[in-house]
Amino acid sequence: MSNTDFALAVEDLTVSFDGFKAIDALTLYIDRNELRVIIGPNGAGKTTLLDLICGKTRATGGSIKFKNQELSRMAEHQRVRLGIGRKFQTPSIYENLSVFQNMEVSYPAGRSVFGALAFKCTAEVKARVQVVAEDIGLGDKLDTEAGLLSHGQKQWLEIGMLLMQEPELLLLDEPIAGMSARERELTAELLQRICKNRAVIVIEHDMEFVKRIAHKVTVMHQGKILAEGAMDQVQADPRVIEVYLGH
Amino acid sequence: MNALKAWIQRYQLASMVLLAVLLAVVLPLTLDIFRLNLVGKYLTYAFVAIGLVMVWGYGGVLSLGQGVFFGLGGYAMAMFLKLEASDPVSTAIQSTPGIPDFMDWNQITALPALWVPFKSLPFTLFAVVAVPMLLAFIISYAMFKRRVGGVYFAIITQAVSLILTVLIIGQQGYTGGVNGMTDLKTLLGWDTRTDSAKYVLYYVCVALLLASMVLCRWVQTSKLGTLLLAMRDKEDRVRFSGYDVADFKIFTFCLAAGLSGIGGALFSLQVGFMSPSFVGIVPSIEMVIYAAVGGRMSLVGAVYGTLLVNAGKTYFSESFPDMWLFLMAALFIGVTMAFPMGLAGVWEERFKPWWKERRQALRDAAAKVPQALPQRAADAAPAEAATLHEGASAQSA
Repeated sequence: MSNTDFALAVEDLTVSFDGFKAIDALTLYIDRNELRVIIGPNGAGKTTLLDLICGKTRATGGSIKFKNQELSRMAEHQRVRLGIGRKFQTPSIYENLSVFQNMEVSYPAGRSVFGALAFKCTAEVKARVQVVAEDIGLGDKLDTEAGLLSHGQKQWLEIGMLLMQEPELLLLDEPIAGMSARERELTAELLQRICKNRAVIVIEHDMEFVKRIAHKVTVMHQGKILAEGAMDQVQADPRVIEVYLGH
Repeated sequence: MNALKAWIQRYQLASMVLLAVLLAVVLPLTLDIFRLNLVGKYLTYAFVAIGLVMVWGYGGVLSLGQGVFFGLGGYAMAMFLKLEASDPVSTAIQSTPGIPDFMDWNQITALPALWVPFKSLPFTLFAVVAVPMLLAFIISYAMFKRRVGGVYFAIITQAVSLILTVLIIGQQGYTGGVNGMTDLKTLLGWDTRTDSAKYVLYYVCVALLLASMVLCRWVQTSKLGTLLLAMRDKEDRVRFSGYDVADFKIFTFCLAAGLSGIGGALFSLQVGFMSPSFVGIVPSIEMVIYAAVGGRMSLVGAVYGTLLVNAGKTYFSESFPDMWLFLMAALFIGVTMAFPMGLAGVWEERFKPWWKERRQALRDAAAKVPQALPQRAADAAPAEAATLHEGASAQSA
């Protein structure tokens, strides 16, 4: 495949589980500085797509290029080091560690065995943790055990852990699941702030929220892309309406 | 001052110093050399137990084959000692003088090539640590890179310990078979069987154990330690934060293997023999029990656990020879059921909060005293005068 200016270029991507094609010849381009929202009914393959990009699942065919580098055969941790951050659907944080430790562990230094042994929590690391913690609204919770945070705060913490790595591509799987109205609002603001200088892909079901944050919306159905474009345009698309409302 | 206090807490120095005093001062002063030598033997198992704290407690990977690494370290040391004990003069009656006695019994007429490097003490000391670590590396690389873990890993380590036992017993001519290597007498001409040598070896063992604990504590407090805890909780999150999870498990497993090897070597030196009965499945599981009883998250706890279980074993087998195994089993089941985090867990979760509360209560009581004092002084003054008066009247009467 040829090189592109896109941050992420997914071309002809296919994955099949025992013959069932969860992603079927999917092609998708994401710009730098873009916030893309992927919507679609359950089982459309949204989470599988993120799994393929971050390496949790291996593709059967096709190509995934990030900054023109082919990812399909790369190990997960190498993709992270290239600048891809993934947030999981259920908040995936280290419950037994403090908020500070959660973020410190995510700081992109000392990633080898001996690097980790020699790693020192310098003033620079502490300052970075403080900055990111303020950004996600946990600035005064650094010493709290992460397991004691509310569900919404856990979601933010995981986003914060990703921000520590300054990723160029952020993959967020349902970041507002289980959040209160106020928390959703704060998260929308947060996402609008952090999509600068990086591409962000968000999977979301809440249409109000999607309207608020999306630059562009992609609708997936049965492993394929059904529609793509601005929110109003997509919502007016008869095929999309049919998929969502049924026959 | 506060920085010093934080540093002491971080490295758990208070409990380590307490343990050091117990091992280096209290026990040698109260026990005779026979008992002290027994404690020294138990402490060699403690090397395995603190390794298990790292691998199992911190790393979340249960190994049921640590006896393998203990045995390899022990055999490496025993091979050197056996060669020294088999000089041509003392083995003159053999058909091939100058080789270990069990080789002669098995019609081996020349020293096998595998044995030759063990004539050198520096090589032997290197092998004591390196051989267990190398095997651990091969096993853990093959397993962890393929993301095999949990029960499967435990079963495979168990299989390895069985295989090694079978191999040692089967290759009698090269290993001494089921009897192991016996009659180890001297180390570079120094008789290790005398009381003074036993004291020296005991102290070497204590010093190395404490040094190993400091090393492990340093690893625990480094970022690697935090990562191990993070991996135990959410392995995928660590992987998708840019870490090769397998590398950290391999490192920890190799560290534990190296420590176990040192323990095994000290066993051969202090006890004077090494045999397959310290390699197999049963001793490997017993070593896990030491860590479980002491507390798998606590280095100091694991050492106490080892001492306690072995002291129990010795005491029960001496006092109740018919039913000591049942008593041991009751101890294991009781402790692990009642205290899932072992004795260290009891200390941390029950005793410490209780003590804190008590200290707070005492402090509160102390804070009340100054307010009450003037009142009490006023009360006390007439009473004192009264007793004085009484005393005076009693005297005059």
